[in-house]
Amino acid sequence: MIKGNFIDNLPKIYGIYTGGFIAFIIIMAIGEQMGMTAKAIGISFVAFTVAIYAIIGWLSRTAQASNYYVAGRSVPTVFNGMATAADWMSGASFVAMAGGIYFKGYGYMALLVGWTGGYVLVATLLAPYLRKFGCYTVPDFVGTRYGGNTARLMAVIVLTVASFTYVTAQINATGTIASVALDIPFQYAVYVGLISILLCSMLGGMRGVTWTQVAQYIVLIIAYLLPVFWISNNIGAGFFPHFMLADEVARIGELEQQFGFVKNSAADLATVPKGLAGITKAHSEVNATPWAFISLALAMMMGTASLPHVMMRFFTTPSVKAARKSVGWSVFFIFLLYSSAPMLATLSKLALIDPNLPTGIIGKSIAEVQAIDWYQNWNSANLMFVSDFNSNGTVELNEFFMAGKAVVLATPEVAGLPYVISGLVAAGGMAAAMSTADGLILAIANAISHDVYYKMIDPKAETAKRLTVARVLLVVIGFAGATIAAMEIQGILGSVIWAFDFAMSGLFWPLVLGVWWKRANKEGAVAGMVLGLLSGLFYLIWVRNGGSGFLGITQLTFGIFGSAVSLVAMVIVTLMTSEPSSAIQKMVDDARVPAGSQVISQK
Amino acid sequence: MAKNAQHWEKTKGLLIVTLALWAIFSMGIFLFGAEMNTVTGPFGYPLTYWFTCQGSLGFFVILIFWFAGRQEKIDEEFGFAERGED
Repeated sequence: MIKGNFIDNLPKIYGIYTGGFIAFIIIMAIGEQMGMTAKAIGISFVAFTVAIYAIIGWLSRTAQASNYYVAGRSVPTVFNGMATAADWMSGASFVAMAGGIYFKGYGYMALLVGWTGGYVLVATLLAPYLRKFGCYTVPDFVGTRYGGNTARLMAVIVLTVASFTYVTAQINATGTIASVALDIPFQYAVYVGLISILLCSMLGGMRGVTWTQVAQYIVLIIAYLLPVFWISNNIGAGFFPHFMLADEVARIGELEQQFGFVKNSAADLATVPKGLAGITKAHSEVNATPWAFISLALAMMMGTASLPHVMMRFFTTPSVKAARKSVGWSVFFIFLLYSSAPMLATLSKLALIDPNLPTGIIGKSIAEVQAIDWYQNWNSANLMFVSDFNSNGTVELNEFFMAGKAVVLATPEVAGLPYVISGLVAAGGMAAAMSTADGLILAIANAISHDVYYKMIDPKAETAKRLTVARVLLVVIGFAGATIAAMEIQGILGSVIWAFDFAMSGLFWPLVLGVWWKRANKEGAVAGMVLGLLSGLFYLIWVRNGGSGFLGITQLTFGIFGSAVSLVAMVIVTLMTSEPSSAIQKMVDDARVPAGSQVISQK
Repeated sequence: MAKNAQHWEKTKGLLIVTLALWAIFSMGIFLFGAEMNTVTGPFGYPLTYWFTCQGSLGFFVILIFWFAGRQEKIDEEFGFAERGED
């Protein structure tokens, strides 16, 4: 069926794959009609998709360093865009984002702006130049551009701190989904998730991760968009929700006025299960100060441009030109999901609170709500809760509580969609969390195997030995992440945002000035990374321990402080020390011109 | 080297324009978030709300493709473009 070169056949291969996946959904839907149990459907969805990723991982196995580290630099722009979008959109984007918008409204939507706007910085300041450099990893760029092992090692440390903070959250998310879909305890499900993740990346490295991420993007985008469109049609909100929900947004505003935001007493709130929240903020009104919004957006944008697992995706394109275009495709594919999240939040909220809709529960009697099937299901999963605080027998807006992730997980069922959609959503969430975890674990393992082991410890190592080291590290880091995830320390979203702040504190200016300021030298870069990371870390610890902070910089935006310190330190120390050698300055000149061979040649 | 310097000047010029547009749509407009939200935006959504859901996000997609196209033109002008297709 498939003849000739693999790359030329990509559209055909993924076209067949997409068709196959849709056929699978239809088979499951028929199965449901014929009496397949919800549990069997959930298991089939997760097992089927994970098995496909594992097969792709196996087919992508390689023994070449350039395949393992940068997928042979042959990934076409559009496909790299899809892979980057999957790499980027984590369990948090998929499961938690719509919930965050649902509960926090405008203030939270700074994340949508930040997590897309950051790619403008990636495209203009960094990706094309780092691609021309020809590095395998981000620390490889820092080490070569500034020279010396100290700079390289510092970059590896910042990368590890940021990526590891992020990856535990992702393994946690795969564990959560696996435990629900396969009905096994979380402590074991985390390792099931981990093994699925390693199946994609261990044999093929970046090549395996690239082609599984494309497959995962297709699953996750279908799993996100199909329910949004279906729900919108089911509750009569319009067949294309993105363009047609203005009336629904206005209606929610009306209902908010009508119900009012009644504050609950602390004693009442203490009876609500942990992690659930009520609707306390207006849906579409501006509820944050300009600085609170802008500082969060800015921190996320600079963090985006400093996260190595994203940057290294642009090392896989065939050319500098392709790297730039590929950033555009990445944001396009991210946009498809991000622009749908607020629509899902709107539909979910309206379906639950509008008394005119059959699904609305506000104003119904407590007993009636407690008798609804879906309420019982999600209540027993600890994701929904109603309580009659004022003892008037009916559910009020302030008496209804839900977990953030329930917006994505429960809305299909609330709106009366068949269970097959819930199975699909589980597969999508699994794809989102797995693809990000793969990118992150690979970024850490590659940095340690390439930059620490190969470049510092044993520069004469054979390719086979290097790749063995890389694979062993991949497994070790994966297990370390899973072990920490199994302890369930933080929520999914908090640790994701910290990762951005750590990355921007340490890496943003050393990367940007490495391209845009020829005078920047090693001493400056090391000072920038060390002082940036430490000041960010201390600020976080200070604020976490009751410190007041300053300039409205919170524990979510501490990277703004860290990166400011990093910039000042880097400029001052650079100017106090001698300018970089002419060889290094020549390197920067070469990196600024797309034509010609890569600045560093790799074996 | 003069050619390289000119190429870099033009590249920097494009960077400044792109980042200025980026700053307006990622931060600038949100200085006036509360005021803008009283205006009805595209498809009938409140304007600020629309920007956070679709407007700014979509603008970034267009901006990056526009930037990539302009930068390619600059590279070609100086004969610095890569040979071969994407």
